[in-house]
Amino acid sequence: MAVTNVTGRGEAGPATIVELPEGVAVTKLDELVSWCRKNSLWPMPFATACCGIELMATGASRHDLARFGAEVFRFSPRQCDLMIVAGRVVMKMLPVLQRIWQQMPEPKWCISMGACASTGGVFDTYSVVQGIDRFLPVDVYAPGCPPRPEQLIQSIIDLQEKIQREDTIFCREFDAPSRQQPPRALRKEGREERGEGRGARG
Amino acid sequence: MTGSHIIQQLQAAVPNLTASEFRGQTRVVVPVESIFDVLKTLKEKFAFDLLVDITCVDYLYYPDAENRFGLVYLLADAETGRRITVRCFVNDPEPTVPSVVGLWEGANWLEREVWDMFGVRFDGHPDLRRILLPEEFTAHPLRKDYPLQGRGERHNFPVITRAEG
Repeated sequence: MAVTNVTGRGEAGPATIVELPEGVAVTKLDELVSWCRKNSLWPMPFATACCGIELMATGASRHDLARFGAEVFRFSPRQCDLMIVAGRVVMKMLPVLQRIWQQMPEPKWCISMGACASTGGVFDTYSVVQGIDRFLPVDVYAPGCPPRPEQLIQSIIDLQEKIQREDTIFCREFDAPSRQQPPRALRKEGREERGEGRGARG
Repeated sequence: MTGSHIIQQLQAAVPNLTASEFRGQTRVVVPVESIFDVLKTLKEKFAFDLLVDITCVDYLYYPDAENRFGLVYLLADAETGRRITVRCFVNDPEPTVPSVVGLWEGANWLEREVWDMFGVRFDGHPDLRRILLPEEFTAHPLRKDYPLQGRGERHNFPVITRAEG
């Protein structure tokens, strides 16, 4: 293995070739940190309904989330970096959910699992929040009612790819445009398409 | 003591009481002024010691309904298994019935639930607060004139963006 080593002082000298010793690889620090992060996710199970049962099945032996490095479910948000919202969230629960999200240390990610967490599902009533992404940043949506464990595993794999693409040094992940987008309900064009303001329908 | 026997004794004691039986079920409709006395009599004289449920029906938009709210008390005799349904009707603007917490302690939360969902007040209740909905909720959502999707309560929250953490 050989790399081209350009001398750092801006001299116009010829590039020198150095041989790397055996067992040494060169990569970007960003890539390395992201690789460490994505293979050691600590989920915070916010399970409020039947999706929680599938979430438990995902963590259990048959589907074995440990294969993807995310088996350590902690019930304290301070020890977690991935919140999995599994089930419907009612208006009385949403301030709790927001508080738990704010208690999680950065960097952190959020999976909205199932139809209810993502859109309210069949519960289009006065008390059920019509999608947690109206009030929280969501990284991955897992479709299904409830999603099978395979589906949840797929969303965790998707999230791992997303984490791998993030810049980490100098906290540039917080500046990335993809993470700065406001929640769906706040985007102007979406509101006009549906002919409703935030919460106008309900 | 059969259902008809109970009905006869109650009718002797309470005016304007209508009662019926259907397939062994006894139903009694009493005016709201005498609901407490009837329930007290049923508990103390007829041994209906178990209050199974208190619930309410909103008869708004209901064809041929004369009153708006129908309170339903389901009683049971824990020893023999007999059951009886007692109903009374109340109306706007201030639907109020006497509380029966003094008779059955278990009525406490049941009455709070009816207050929460229908806005029927219970006179003499020791702690008439909402039980299911948050305190700041203003409406009574099981009333028929309350829209199914609410009046915006479900979306009245601050938005947390990624930058805010």
